[in-house]
Amino acid sequence: MAVHHAIAARAHEPATTHAQDKPTLRLVTCGSVDDGKSTLVGRLLYDSKMLLDDQLDALSADSKVAGTTGPALDFALLVDGLQAEREQGITIDVAYRFFATRRRRFVVADTPGHVQYTRNMATGASQADLAVVLIDARKGVISQTRRHSHILALLGVRHVLVAVNKMDLVGFDADRFTAIAIAFRTMAGQLGIADVQCIPVVACDGDNIINGSARMPWYDGPSVMDHLEQVDVSDGIASRPFRFPVQWVNRPNAEFRGFSGRVAGGAIRCGDPVVVQPSGRRSRVSGIVTADGRLQQAVSGQSVTLLLADEIDASRGDVLTSGTAPLVTDHITAQLIWFDDEAMRPGRRYLLKSGTSSIGATVATMKHRVDIETMAQEAASTLDANEIGCVEIALDRPLVCDAYRDNRDLGSFILIDPFSRHTVAAGLIDAPLRRPANISWHPTTVDKSVRARLKQQKPCVLWLTGLSGAGKSTIANLVDRRLCELGRHTALLDGDNLRHGINRDLGFTPEARVENIRRVTEIAALFVEAGLITLVSLISPFRADRAMARKRFAEGEFIEVHVATALATCEARDPKGLYKRARAGELSNFTGIDQAYETPESPDITIDGAVLSAEAAAELIVRHLRAHHYV
Amino acid sequence: MPAPEAADPQPLVLSHLRRLEAESIAILREVAAEFRNPVMLYSIGKDSSVLLHLAMKAFHPGKPPFPLLHIDTTWKFRDMIAFRDQRVRELGLELLVHVNPEGLAQRIDPFVHGSALYTDVMKTQALRQALDMHGFDAAIGGARRDEEKSRAKERIFSHRSITHRWDPKNQRPELWSLYNTLLAPGESMRVFPLSNWTELDVWDYIQLENIPIVPLYFASLRPVVERDGALIMVDDERMPLRPGETPEWRSIRFRTLGCYPLTGAVPSTASDLAAIVHEMMASRTSERQGRVIDRDSTASMERKKVEGYF
Repeated sequence: MAVHHAIAARAHEPATTHAQDKPTLRLVTCGSVDDGKSTLVGRLLYDSKMLLDDQLDALSADSKVAGTTGPALDFALLVDGLQAEREQGITIDVAYRFFATRRRRFVVADTPGHVQYTRNMATGASQADLAVVLIDARKGVISQTRRHSHILALLGVRHVLVAVNKMDLVGFDADRFTAIAIAFRTMAGQLGIADVQCIPVVACDGDNIINGSARMPWYDGPSVMDHLEQVDVSDGIASRPFRFPVQWVNRPNAEFRGFSGRVAGGAIRCGDPVVVQPSGRRSRVSGIVTADGRLQQAVSGQSVTLLLADEIDASRGDVLTSGTAPLVTDHITAQLIWFDDEAMRPGRRYLLKSGTSSIGATVATMKHRVDIETMAQEAASTLDANEIGCVEIALDRPLVCDAYRDNRDLGSFILIDPFSRHTVAAGLIDAPLRRPANISWHPTTVDKSVRARLKQQKPCVLWLTGLSGAGKSTIANLVDRRLCELGRHTALLDGDNLRHGINRDLGFTPEARVENIRRVTEIAALFVEAGLITLVSLISPFRADRAMARKRFAEGEFIEVHVATALATCEARDPKGLYKRARAGELSNFTGIDQAYETPESPDITIDGAVLSAEAAAELIVRHLRAHHYV
Repeated sequence: MPAPEAADPQPLVLSHLRRLEAESIAILREVAAEFRNPVMLYSIGKDSSVLLHLAMKAFHPGKPPFPLLHIDTTWKFRDMIAFRDQRVRELGLELLVHVNPEGLAQRIDPFVHGSALYTDVMKTQALRQALDMHGFDAAIGGARRDEEKSRAKERIFSHRSITHRWDPKNQRPELWSLYNTLLAPGESMRVFPLSNWTELDVWDYIQLENIPIVPLYFASLRPVVERDGALIMVDDERMPLRPGETPEWRSIRFRTLGCYPLTGAVPSTASDLAAIVHEMMASRTSERQGRVIDRDSTASMERKKVEGYF
């Protein structure tokens, strides 16, 4: 038998490997059914000489009984460990395999391809540094490839190795490989997957797995193993702000009170100041306790017990932090991957588990669902098993968290159905629209009321909402002119015009609309602060967004004006030809056509566009301002 | 950015073993925080020794807030029982020992009744009895995913029905380090803090931390007979010798420890940790090769696990 390279390499190492540490690469394999995921993993183990004699004997015996490869070894049987899997020849649940080469240790999560086992695929992907996506060269990029890639992108797996398998069945056709590689890269680009390496392979024969392939001389890139050994997957979590979710309060006796947990980001030194969230109390780390003695420093990933200089109340679920403040909020926006056969319904109660916190939660709003095929965001009110969507969740009490992109541990959660006790969803917290806490307000001496007195007017926002073509801009313009004639100080913020400037980076997806509204709200708030009567003309179709805008202002400063012109009238007017384009399918997310307009429930002013002319509408608004002593 | 201090006692990145250690400690603390009445299964083997060591670390300067439970089949190596009692005394921990009284009454004997029945009665049923008797809602065990194929599929927090059954086709998703610990009355959780350790990691860690282990892991001259391809140590007078069998004194050691009639030894001269690690790395067989019960059929471990075996 040939020399066992990997074994030999291991034997040459010092007996204790902690001195010269090999980095660990955690990878997840995914792809559709029968693409050869398990075969590829089995082949990697076999070719890197990680299989031991009794395992090979068992494989050989199993291959004869249950194999699908005739007399040859069926490598998939190495990883398909469950009886049901072996009987059906499919993978049901994620299997973890461990092997090492000279350069690296590997933990492989081999995951199922069937759609109904997507939750198990996500389980494997949640801890992966890199994904190996298998594509059958005959089929190319298919729906399941897109589904898995989408989940990978959501879960923040930034490195993907695409193994285009079964190249022998397409005659080792280089053009076929290139076409698939381009298709995948295009999709990965849309999803924001940064690093993609495509390799043509024949998993069952070993082509380009460890060594190259004589049958594909046109391919001169790395083999699968070459790439796995070399790819740089450092995540930089060690240099992020310090986060320490308290897991357990250690109180063995009256003298000792320590906070046990695992550092979930950054590092902490003895003497460093910390803030206990959500209480916001401040203290200093006075000791870092381990069974191996006190430490000067604890780093990301380390389990320690921290002592604080002050008698501060902290318990499981609290987070010790330093640096940039985390979010402390009872309202989060998140991407959900739904797992359970029972669909997600807004308004239902779930238990949200994040870090060491468990909090009662309700999905308040379903913002959109993602069509896996087209990646388009579509309106929806529920999520079925294996669907992905964006939701807003209301929590029973504030959660200390970060956006998932900033910190996986503090930005992730699961939802549990309190009745079935199933884990029904995985969630990823979005970056918030507003960051409280860390930016302190700088008080100014000349305030709103001073400016208002000077201008002899009460500053406010006139928020004109309504369909495209309802007449908002026309009416706002007339009001603006009328107020100027009266010697009042005004500003006009027009949605379309702002999109040429400050909002030119925003599209029309629900998220972009929310951001658009947030910016307009903030600008309007500055103008109101400056004492101006501020006119905002913005479709702003969603109630929640308008409510968010209203919250930014003091009582009586926000005047909601609903320009209620019927859709048919707006579409008949179609001043910019947008309705025509939307009907033709050239525009998506168009309010009134494929995106809802949520009628204001109690606007301050309603303009019936079918009855009132623009001039009459403007007059109505100005009268309202007078009647309520704004001017 | 300031340069890292030269005198920094620790690197910014945890080493492989320290990372595994930190993960296991976090899992152990999670059990203590989330369950009403947890217990740690202590089987006296090397993995249990590592697990116990980690539990001592996790709750330092306090002691683990759960007792140890040993399922005694009455067929363990005598050295194991002596080691068990010594360790528990040294560490000042609470140890519960359970023997299946029915099995004892029926004098269940692996030599007479065969390994399958014996394992079911003295291990699986005994474990279920003990868990029910004490009302434990979480049982921590030292199983590793690299040991065996069905274990490679198991979650770290692995749900058990009211009858202690594992449903491998319907496991709870386990993303990141978030564990769903909710249980209906009577249900329980098996928790495996060493899931991500390999056999080599365990030995490296024992060496790094100088963890006491049962002397049977080290080679020594011991009386053995060769039976059905395995080297079985004659640990006491209960072992009936077959015609032609004479115990032979050979230099052997054990890679795993269980019940002596069911645990095959390997010929070896490795008498210290360094030699064991070296021997293991050069080995061409896996550690469970010495376990007679695993060979009943390929899926035997999964079947036993479904029925409630650890």
